[in-house]
Amino acid sequence: MNGFLAILQRDLRLALRQGADSVMVVAFFIVTTTLFPFGVGPEANILARIASGVIWVSALLAAMLSLERVFQTDYEDGTLELLTLSPVSLELLVLGKVCAHWLTTGLPLIIAAPLMAVMLNMDQDGFVTLMLAMLLGTPALSLIGAIGAALILGARRGGVLVSLLVLPLYIPVLIFGAGAVEAALLGISATAQLQIMAAILLIALAATPFATAHAVRQAME
Amino acid sequence: MADFSGSDLTCLRGERLVFGGLSFAARSGDAIVLRGRNGAGKSSLLRVMAGLLSPRAGQICWDGENILEDRIGHQARLQYLGHQDAVKPVLSVRDNLRLWGQMRGVDDLDGEIDAALDALDIHHLSRVAGRYLSSGQKRRTALARILIGQSDLWLLDEPTVGLDRESCGEVARLIAEFRARGGIVIYSTHIDLDVDAPTVLDLDEFAIPMVEWLMEHPEMDGSAPISAQEAAQ
Repeated sequence: MNGFLAILQRDLRLALRQGADSVMVVAFFIVTTTLFPFGVGPEANILARIASGVIWVSALLAAMLSLERVFQTDYEDGTLELLTLSPVSLELLVLGKVCAHWLTTGLPLIIAAPLMAVMLNMDQDGFVTLMLAMLLGTPALSLIGAIGAALILGARRGGVLVSLLVLPLYIPVLIFGAGAVEAALLGISATAQLQIMAAILLIALAATPFATAHAVRQAME
Repeated sequence: MADFSGSDLTCLRGERLVFGGLSFAARSGDAIVLRGRNGAGKSSLLRVMAGLLSPRAGQICWDGENILEDRIGHQARLQYLGHQDAVKPVLSVRDNLRLWGQMRGVDDLDGEIDAALDALDIHHLSRVAGRYLSSGQKRRTALARILIGQSDLWLLDEPTVGLDRESCGEVARLIAEFRARGGIVIYSTHIDLDVDAPTVLDLDEFAIPMVEWLMEHPEMDGSAPISAQEAAQ
């Protein structure tokens, strides 16, 4: 547990000192979402209709943007090698890094999402469900994305590759995340979708650290 | 009395056989220096010893137990210094070292960090951010890291790169102190480090052509790469 907290603390400190990543992710999210009214036209009904989907797709893309850097800098300066060799299970350390990634990118997205929902004229009935769905969905995005981030270590043009690897895996989160908000907007209970999202999160939490740790070890060979 | 040994080690990098049939043995207080031309596999051997790389054949044991069977246990007794210094540019020297102390669950962390900084003569840099360090100072920070926490085995890959002549003497002194405490040191170096009677392991002697090696190991021909579990058996 010490190792988990130590790496979490260090990654948060690095993110605070460097700062740019979180700001960039939120800015990217806002800019992407803002593009849709320009493309689709300012018709309020149409925007309200597509709001949940647009917010989710933008959130997926924004979360993915920062993935490349989860392990890359540590890999380049030799830190990852030493983490692999430290007497703490690598799975736990990976989980610590994913936690830090979520706190610095997922959490700001959840806070920014309602603002974007207002801009897209989403009915306010959907706000709470949107935030709940994102609270369940974004940690799963970080967990799943970490596998991709570890697999691309050492590859050139990793950023493009990671999108190709990870985006297809994000589809279930997208379907149920947007579905939950749609249900809430129609006045139906969104419990079923939220439960499925919780299930996705739990499965990701249980399985992905092992896959990611394995990919990291592979990159060390 | 600890015992660290490897037998019949073979290392394959890509399609190339780096070394084959290599054996070594060390007991508490011993030092082994790895020699060989560039590409002879000095770094690869150190990585195999650390458990970062799985050998294609052969095994490495600590007190008779294969290191791949108890990775965490091996990693707890091991300090590895690679080519890279792993110093984060935005963190101070102290904060850089703190992480590795926390990983090892060191109790008196600040005390140990102070002692390590003193030993490497970089105490005045403890609050300086990594990006302002010279390459020699970064190397000293990396060397300070291996002093923190308990360890029985040092694997040092070119520890003196970037250090001036005077600091090389300090590295030799640290190695001597560690050996006096019963530690085993295995290192590669391109300069003559003033270490007392190290065993020389010349990797050039173990560079054998692939064909020859396959003839000695017919069972390996065309087989899939050995997984860590198989190698452990």
